[in-house]
Amino acid sequence: MSTTPNQNNFSKGTDLAVIILYFVMVAIGILCIFMVEYNPNSNWSSSLIAGKNSYSKQIYFAIFCSFIGIFILLMDSKVFTALANILYAVGIILMLATFVLGKNINGSKSWIPIAGGFNLQPAELCKIFTALILAKFISKPETDFSKLKSHLIAAGMIALPAILSIMQHELGLALVYSAFIFAMYREGLPPIILIIVFTFSLLVVATLLLEPSLLAIILTGIAGIIILTMIKRFKRNKSKILLILGIWAICFGTVRYAVPYMFNNVFECYQSTRIYSMVGKEYDCSQNKKSNAAGGKKRTRKPDDYNVKQSKIAIGSGGFTGRGFLKGTQTRGKYVPEQNTDFIFTSLGEAFGFIGTATFLGLYLFFLFRLIRIAERQRSTFSRVYAYSVVGIFFFHIAVNIGMTVGLFPVVGIPLPLISYGGSSLLTFTVLVFVLLRLDADRQMVLR
Amino acid sequence: MALYNSNRGGIIQIIIGSVFLIIIGQLVSLQLVSNKYKLAADNNAIFRKIIYPDRGIIYDRKKRALLENSISYDLVVIPNEARGVDTAALCAILKIDKEEFNKRMVDVIIKNSRVKVGIFEPFLSPELYAQLTENLYRFPGFSLSERSIRTYPYNTAAHVLGYVAEVDVNFLKKHEEEGYEMGDYAGMTGLEKQYENVLMGQRGVNRFLRDNKGKIQGAFEKGQFDTVAVAGRNLYTSMDVEVQQLAEKLLQHKIGSAVVINPKTGGVIAMASSPGYNPNLLTGNQRRKTIGSLLTDTARPIYNRAIKGQYPPGSTFKPLGALIALDQGLITPNYGYNCYGSYNTCGDPRKCTHSNGGHAANLQIALANSCNSYFLQVFRMAIDNPKYRNAKLGYLKWKEYINSFGLGRKLGVDLPSENKANIPDTAQYNKDFGNPKLWNSCYMLTLGIGQDRMTATPLQLANSMAIIANGGYYYTPHFVDSIEDEDDEDKALLSKFRTKQAVTKISSAAYAAIKEGMHDVTVYGTAKGLTVPGHEFCAKTGTAQNPHGENHSIFVCFAPKNNPKVAVAVVVENAGYGATWAGPISTLLMEKYLNDTLTSESKKKSDELANKDLMPSSIKEWYERNKTQRLDEIEEYKNDELGDVWNMEMVADYKPIPKKIVPDTIRKVADTTKKKKGPKEPSKNKLSKDSAALIQKKKKKTPKPRNVNNT
Repeated sequence: MSTTPNQNNFSKGTDLAVIILYFVMVAIGILCIFMVEYNPNSNWSSSLIAGKNSYSKQIYFAIFCSFIGIFILLMDSKVFTALANILYAVGIILMLATFVLGKNINGSKSWIPIAGGFNLQPAELCKIFTALILAKFISKPETDFSKLKSHLIAAGMIALPAILSIMQHELGLALVYSAFIFAMYREGLPPIILIIVFTFSLLVVATLLLEPSLLAIILTGIAGIIILTMIKRFKRNKSKILLILGIWAICFGTVRYAVPYMFNNVFECYQSTRIYSMVGKEYDCSQNKKSNAAGGKKRTRKPDDYNVKQSKIAIGSGGFTGRGFLKGTQTRGKYVPEQNTDFIFTSLGEAFGFIGTATFLGLYLFFLFRLIRIAERQRSTFSRVYAYSVVGIFFFHIAVNIGMTVGLFPVVGIPLPLISYGGSSLLTFTVLVFVLLRLDADRQMVLR
Repeated sequence: MALYNSNRGGIIQIIIGSVFLIIIGQLVSLQLVSNKYKLAADNNAIFRKIIYPDRGIIYDRKKRALLENSISYDLVVIPNEARGVDTAALCAILKIDKEEFNKRMVDVIIKNSRVKVGIFEPFLSPELYAQLTENLYRFPGFSLSERSIRTYPYNTAAHVLGYVAEVDVNFLKKHEEEGYEMGDYAGMTGLEKQYENVLMGQRGVNRFLRDNKGKIQGAFEKGQFDTVAVAGRNLYTSMDVEVQQLAEKLLQHKIGSAVVINPKTGGVIAMASSPGYNPNLLTGNQRRKTIGSLLTDTARPIYNRAIKGQYPPGSTFKPLGALIALDQGLITPNYGYNCYGSYNTCGDPRKCTHSNGGHAANLQIALANSCNSYFLQVFRMAIDNPKYRNAKLGYLKWKEYINSFGLGRKLGVDLPSENKANIPDTAQYNKDFGNPKLWNSCYMLTLGIGQDRMTATPLQLANSMAIIANGGYYYTPHFVDSIEDEDDEDKALLSKFRTKQAVTKISSAAYAAIKEGMHDVTVYGTAKGLTVPGHEFCAKTGTAQNPHGENHSIFVCFAPKNNPKVAVAVVVENAGYGATWAGPISTLLMEKYLNDTLTSESKKKSDELANKDLMPSSIKEWYERNKTQRLDEIEEYKNDELGDVWNMEMVADYKPIPKKIVPDTIRKVADTTKKKKGPKEPSKNKLSKDSAALIQKKKKKTPKPRNVNNT
C-alpha cells in the first residue's frame, strides 16, 4: 500500500490502515456522543451548525485535529528528536503553571484556559512529550538500557509528570504514565519487574478480597509447599531457602502493612472507597489519614457505585443485538453520569449490544497490533520506543476505561482514546498517532 | 539491539490480547448471560402511566343510576423527591404528628419503593384538597392524584351492588393471569364482582421515557406500545330503586330479607337484607371508619340474607307439597282431611291452629287455613306412595320434585356466593335412623310443613312463587337484563337468564287449584286482613319454628292473581306470625311495584311497620354491651376480608327431630343411635376461626317445644 507508485510524496510510506482506523474511531466517537446528547425534541441539524452540542463541538475538534495530523505528516521526522528535550521541559513548566493559572474543572485544577473558551490540560500533552524524551533517552548511543542506572533515569522522566498529576488530583492521568513500562520492557527492562508489578497487584486484590489472617495462612502455605517440594535442591543451595523466605516476608509485609498504608495514607478517602466498592466492601474512612486531616465528618462512606451500577445496567441492557441506534433508555434518560466522556462506552454497549462491543474491541485490538507491527519494523530505536509508548498509552486508556465501565476496574476518570468527548484528549491521541505515522514513514532512516 | 529483545513484542501482544479477552468475558456475562440488567434498565427508564377507565354504571329498570363514579383525590408522594418538605405544615394540615408522618413514609417506601409514587393519604376531603392545593409548593415530592370512586345516589342496594376496593396481594395471587396490578380497583362482592369484566373496562397504559431525575422525556418508542383506555360498560338491571328503598325501609329495625321478582322475566326487582348498611359507607375514606363496626356487628349487616340466609320455609312450603301430591295423583283438589286440631297418626300429636271441623275439607280450604294435619298427611302419602317400593324411593322422587322447584340447589342468580340451602339427602336420614329400609314417612314428618331439615333462601322462596305464578316454569332470577353494547360473549353470559327453565311437568289444572287455594288465603284464610289495592293476589303465610328463638315470620305471594307480574318472598326473623309482619311488608312491596305508588293508608302503614322494632333481645343486649368498645376494636381491614365474610355459610337453622316421636317398634334402634351419636349438632358452620372471632355468633337458645305450630 505504502509503496504503490502513484502515491505522491506527501503520503509516501504512511500507514494507510492506521489512518483509516483513526478516522473510523473518531467517527464512532462522534456517533456515540450524538447518541448521548440526542434529544428528539430539538432539531439536531440546526444545533449541529450552531456548534452548541458536544457532538458538533467534537466534529469541529476532529476537523481541527485532522489539520494538525496533516501538518505533522508534513513535518520533518528529525524535528521530533531535536525538540524532544525542549518539549518535555515546556510540558513540565506548563504543568507547574497550572498550580498558578489553573482553572477548576470538576474539582481538579489541571486545566489552563486558552482563547476561545477552550481549555488545555498540560498533563495530556505531557504524555506525548514524555514518550518523545523517553525515546530520545533510550536511543542515545551512550545509553545502555540493560543497566539499572538507565532504568532509574527513565523512571524518573516518567515519574515527574506523574507526580505532578497526582498533585493536581488527577490520579487517572498519573496512572497512565505506568503505560511506559511496555516500552521499557521492550528495550530491556528485566521481566522480573513485570512479574513484581503483576504480583503486587495480585496481592493488593487479595488483600481487598480476603481476611488478613486467611491471606497470611495462604501465603505461608504456598511458601511451605514450595520449600517442601524443592527440598532436595535446597539441600545443596541453602541460600535459595533464604530467598523464598525473603519473598514470603516481603509478600507478607505488603499485605499486612504496605497495602493498608496505601489505602489509608496515600489515597484519598473517596478513592479507597471506590476501590473497596469494586469488591463490594465498605471502606472505613475514619482510618484514612487524609480525610481525618480534612476533619472527615462521615466515618464510613457507602460504596458510591452508582456510576458503575448504571454503567453496567446500560451495557447489560444492550443484550446481544442492542436496543438500536438512539433507542437506549439508559442513555436517553441520562442515567449514566459522565456518559459522553468517561462512560462513552456504555452508549455503544446499550445501542449495539454484544455485537457492537465485540466488534469495537476487535477494531481496537487490530489497531494496537498494527501499531506493534509498525513498532517492530522501525530501524531506529527512537521510533520503536516511541511506538511502544503510544501502544502502551492507548492500551492503558482502553483497558482502564472499558474495564471501569464493565465493573472490572475502579472508577478512574480517564477517557477512551479517540472516542470520548473532549478536545484535549482527541488532540493528544491525534498527535501521538500522527507523529508515529510520520516516524514510520521514515522507518528506513536512523534517527537519533 | 533491536533483534535482541524482539520476542518481547509478542509477549506484549499476548498481554494486550489477554486483557481484551478478560473484558470480552465480562461483556459476555453482562450482555449475554444475565437479563437482569435489561429489567433494571426498564425499571429505571420506562414510566408506565396507567389510565384508569371509568367503571361501568349500574342502572335500574327505569334507567336511574344505582351508582355513579365521582372524582376523589389522593395525596401521593415519591419518597426520593420528598426533600425539604415543610413537615410541620403538612402534619398540621393532615392533623397528624411527626411520628405518624414518618411511619406513613416508611409504609410508602416498603410498598412502592423510594422512586415510585405511593399513596400518603387517600381520599381527601374537599377541605383538605383545597388546603393542600394551595400549599403543595411547600411539599416537594408530594402531589395530588385523581381517582374515580363509586357513589350511591340512592343510598341503597348495598348487598346487591357490592363494592370495589383496591386489590391486595391475595387478590393478585388469585387472579394472576388477568392483568391486575397493585393499585387497581376491582369488584369484591355483589354485581361489582360478578360483572367485573364488563364493568372494569380496559386499562390504558402509556409508556414514557423518564430521565435520571424522574422527568418525563417523551413517549417511549413513539407510543407504539401504548394502549388506550376503554371505559367499562354499563349494566341495565331489572331492579326498581323505589321498591328497593321501600323494602329496605320496611325491614329496618328487623332482621330479615325481602325478594321481589318479576315472574315473567325472572328479573329481580328488589332484594333487601336487613340489617344492611349504606353503600356510601364503604367508599373512599369512609371505609376505614365503618368497616370495623360492620364486620364485628353480631347482626351481620354485610351479609346478604336474601341469597345466603337459610330459613325453614314452614307453611310457605305447603303449596309445593300439594303440587307434588296432585301430580302424583295421590290427591285431587277435592281431597279432604278430618283434622280436629292435631295430627296423631305418627304417635306424637302434631298441633294445628284450627280445630273446627271442615277447615281442611278440600285442598283449597286446607291451604287457606294452612292446616298442618292436611299437609302432613299429603306428605306422608307422597313418601309412602305405593308406586315405589319403600319410603326411601318415595322420598327420592319427592326430593326430585322439590329440587326442580329450585329448592335445595343453587338457582344461578348473578350474584357471587349464592347458598343452596338444604333439602336433606336420604344419606342424612340413613345416618340418623340407621337402616334405610326401616325408616318411614313419620321420621321426617315435618318436612311436609317445611320444617325438619328443610331450609330455603328467600330468593328460592320467591322463585317458587314465580313458578306457581307462571304455572310451571321460571326464568333464572337475575339482576342484569342487558349490558351496554352486548357482544357475543355477553349474550352467552346472559343467555341463561333469557331461557325458560322447565319444572317437572305438572298439569296446569294442579297449578290452577293451588292458585285458587292461595287466593283464598288472602280472602278468608290466614292472610285475610291483607290487601293490595286494585289487585287480587295469592299468598301463603308461614310461621317457621327455628332453634334460635321466636318463630320466623315468612310470607310468600304473587299478584295479580290472573297474569301475575310480581312474586315476593319476605322473611322477618324471630318476629312471630307470617301474616303479622312479613305479610304486610310483602303486600306493600307488591302495591308499590304494581301501582307505582302507595295509597295514603298504605303509606301510613308502611311508616308504622318501618318504625316497628323487632330486633331479637339478644342482639339488642349485644349492642348495649358493645356500644363503646366496638368501634375501636378493629381499625383496618384488608379489602378482601369483607368478601370472605360475605362468602361464609350461614348456620343452618336446624335441630333434629326428637326421638320420642319415633314409634315404639323401632324405638330401640333410634335410642342406640342417640346414645352413640347424641343429638345432631347444627350443620357445621364454615366460618374460619378468625372470622368466627370477629363475628360473635348468636348465643344458643333453649330449643322450642316440639309442638309444631304452623299457620
